[in-house]
Amino acid sequence: MTATRPFLASLALGLACSSPDDGREPLTADEVAPVAETYATMVALNYAETYASAQSLRDALGDLVATPSEATMTAARAAWLAARVPYDQTEVYRFYDGPIETVEGRLNAWPMDEAYVDYVEGLPDAGIINDPASYPTIDVALIRSLNEAGGETNIATGYHAIEFLLWGQDFDPNGPGARPSSDYDDSGSGTAANQDRRGDYLLAAGDLLLADLSSVVIAWDPAQPGTNYRAEFLAAEPEEIVRRILLGMASLSGAELAGERISVALDTQDQEDEHSCFSDNTHRDIVDDARGIQNVYEGRYGSSVGSGIYELVAARDLALADRLRAEIQTSVDLAEAIPAPFDRAIIDHRDAVEATVEALRTQTDSIVEAAALLDIQLAIE
Amino acid sequence: MIGPLHRLAVLGLGLLVLASACTSDEPTPEPDEALAGGATTVFESGARAFTLSARNLADEHESAFFVGNSFFNKNWVIAPSSTTARDGLGPTFNARSCSACHFKDGRGRPPLTDDEPMLSMLVRLSIPGETDHGEPLAEPNYGGQLQPDAIEGVPAEGRVRVIWTELPGSYADGEPYSLRSPSLEFSELALGPLADDVLTSARVAPQMIGLGLLEALPESTILGFADPDDLDGDGISGRPNSVWDPIREATVLGRFGWKANQPGLRQQNAGAFSGDLGISSSVHPEQNCPAPQAECASASVGGEPELSDDLLTDITTYTRLLAVPARRDVDDPEVLAGREQFHALGCADCHVPRLETGELAGFPEVSNQVIWPYTDLLVHDMGAGLADGRPDFEAEGSEWRTPPLWGIGLFAVVNDHTFFLHDGRARNLAEALLWHAGEAEPAMQAFRSAPAGDRAALLRFLESL
Repeated sequence: MTATRPFLASLALGLACSSPDDGREPLTADEVAPVAETYATMVALNYAETYASAQSLRDALGDLVATPSEATMTAARAAWLAARVPYDQTEVYRFYDGPIETVEGRLNAWPMDEAYVDYVEGLPDAGIINDPASYPTIDVALIRSLNEAGGETNIATGYHAIEFLLWGQDFDPNGPGARPSSDYDDSGSGTAANQDRRGDYLLAAGDLLLADLSSVVIAWDPAQPGTNYRAEFLAAEPEEIVRRILLGMASLSGAELAGERISVALDTQDQEDEHSCFSDNTHRDIVDDARGIQNVYEGRYGSSVGSGIYELVAARDLALADRLRAEIQTSVDLAEAIPAPFDRAIIDHRDAVEATVEALRTQTDSIVEAAALLDIQLAIE
Repeated sequence: MIGPLHRLAVLGLGLLVLASACTSDEPTPEPDEALAGGATTVFESGARAFTLSARNLADEHESAFFVGNSFFNKNWVIAPSSTTARDGLGPTFNARSCSACHFKDGRGRPPLTDDEPMLSMLVRLSIPGETDHGEPLAEPNYGGQLQPDAIEGVPAEGRVRVIWTELPGSYADGEPYSLRSPSLEFSELALGPLADDVLTSARVAPQMIGLGLLEALPESTILGFADPDDLDGDGISGRPNSVWDPIREATVLGRFGWKANQPGLRQQNAGAFSGDLGISSSVHPEQNCPAPQAECASASVGGEPELSDDLLTDITTYTRLLAVPARRDVDDPEVLAGREQFHALGCADCHVPRLETGELAGFPEVSNQVIWPYTDLLVHDMGAGLADGRPDFEAEGSEWRTPPLWGIGLFAVVNDHTFFLHDGRARNLAEALLWHAGEAEPAMQAFRSAPAGDRAALLRFLESL
């Protein structure tokens, strides 16, 4: 990354005299249009699948609360894990003030305030669930209101709140948390207290997740009448469109994934300093985040195939386009190769984790280089 | 005696600028004045302008920067928690993360309504007198600042709201303005009324940019600006604050905080972790629980200390290496005219534009840089209107540190507001200028008396910082 910084500075200084003889030509609308179309289509599809998988999750949560059993618990956990796959791939659409930013804090915030929500080891009466006097009714309105003041709230909603309520705290060094389904059994033979309120919390968290995802689906929906974010995005200046796409890729790749999500855990070596700490699913989060970057670069998501950033870069510098393609593939492969669970890997398989960080940083540098080639200045962390 | 000479040197620089302006009839930008943070400078003027790393970030600091960033931005959680590295919030606290107040590494503000809790602002408390180390004496029941929040099972200390009184005034040309003066109203106090002789001071969270550069300024540079007895007779008697350093266990020069009451970033960060978040560290190993607060003292803790030395180091690295955004519109004629006003009115006497950093060991990024922070890091008497009446080490109740001005033009885009001064009382830059009194009275009066066009140009210049 260091190599690119002085380069950026010199680029910025060069702006004053903006010499066109460096081979860089501004992006044209014709050039960008197919890439922008592909991107918008792909984002809409990805969010639609994310919503559908969250709906399946909500159904499974309903089954668990209605009929708590190991079978319904297992099904709910499977639905949560399945819902993370499309969601993780949408994370590359963050970091440029798109519609996801208004709800991301409620959807995917971390670290989760466990003792604020439910009992934890040593504090059997902790949390909103076990405090009917202060919080007589647990519903969507309550948990939304508890999360509305930006950074000034305990984190008590979203995927990781649901994850905590399904798995519980993870005290197994080799496996995930093991909350019993009887935590939801309010027949009198259940475990822990306030099983009915725990069920209310779980369902409310599922409903809020759906509501928040729905707002993003609508913002990107091509069939939405009137002006939504998608329409605004496609009408933006060509270089602004590409800047947003690249900013999402480079920010997720570098500061977020290589930095925040992996380096920080490597550095602190704290077993649960990882995003999906209750379910031990962090290794899959990393892989699908990396695949999200690949999707955007290649211009494909599932059955949707079109023009990606690759095409834009290749038209000007084929060698760079192919190199970045290979680097992104390497990152995905190395992320896949991190032995699960991640909370053991940061201790026992540090080489594998560090190699992934290195690959992500390398590709981040190349994304910045590609941006410069397209005459776009990318200010990343 | 060094002080006045130093100031002459600065003046000389200003004359040089003016002189070079004469040759072309128009003032021109100095070659490097857009590069506010020297080689750290980042070219970003959007909402993320304060969040980016020094552009010359050394490879060996990359990891620490990201780790520090994570621990600065993410919420701390209640102990015990699975995320053991991040638990230990409270028992009482002002915020759950550094970024709650320094949102996007930017500037805090007072609440906009009576109902809005005080989020990015806090109230310091003390009683008259000082400790053996010269620091203010804590309020006996509530400690050194009011913590309006607490973890479950522990009473929060209380609430405070700001009541504003409008003070109408007018420029010399008759154009009216109104300033608002704050007073504090405490309520829901868990341990009864505050001490009769309590001293209070409300402060907003300052922007985080360029702090490592300020830490790298040679002590001699700062002391060189000092003129405590106003020997040069310019009416300005900047003084260094001398403060207790809990790490070196000595009294040293203060640089950070609204009254320059912190000697360095590591100390400042450890102090904020203890006071604002309730997180203990090797610098402040005790939980922040004043003696009468029994529930606070018996609450569960997240480790001893809750913040490891390694993490404190990473967070300090992070706070040292946030880039300063480049200035905008440096060659705009109105901005250049405003720059002339800035010097002519005497603003630059304290808000010293250009400084050179020395060596900060282990941090080549911020060492030996030419920077444009617009501060002398000294405390100055700012008059009765701005005074909090609460001494802080050597700084008197009416004295405040000259705050750096870099980045002030970007608060609107980074933090969606234009509140200025230590308690955010000024609603725009003009009000901030009009509050200047004490040593700055002549400069303020010159602004008040200036033609509207000159005033507008000065404000345009400030917005370009």
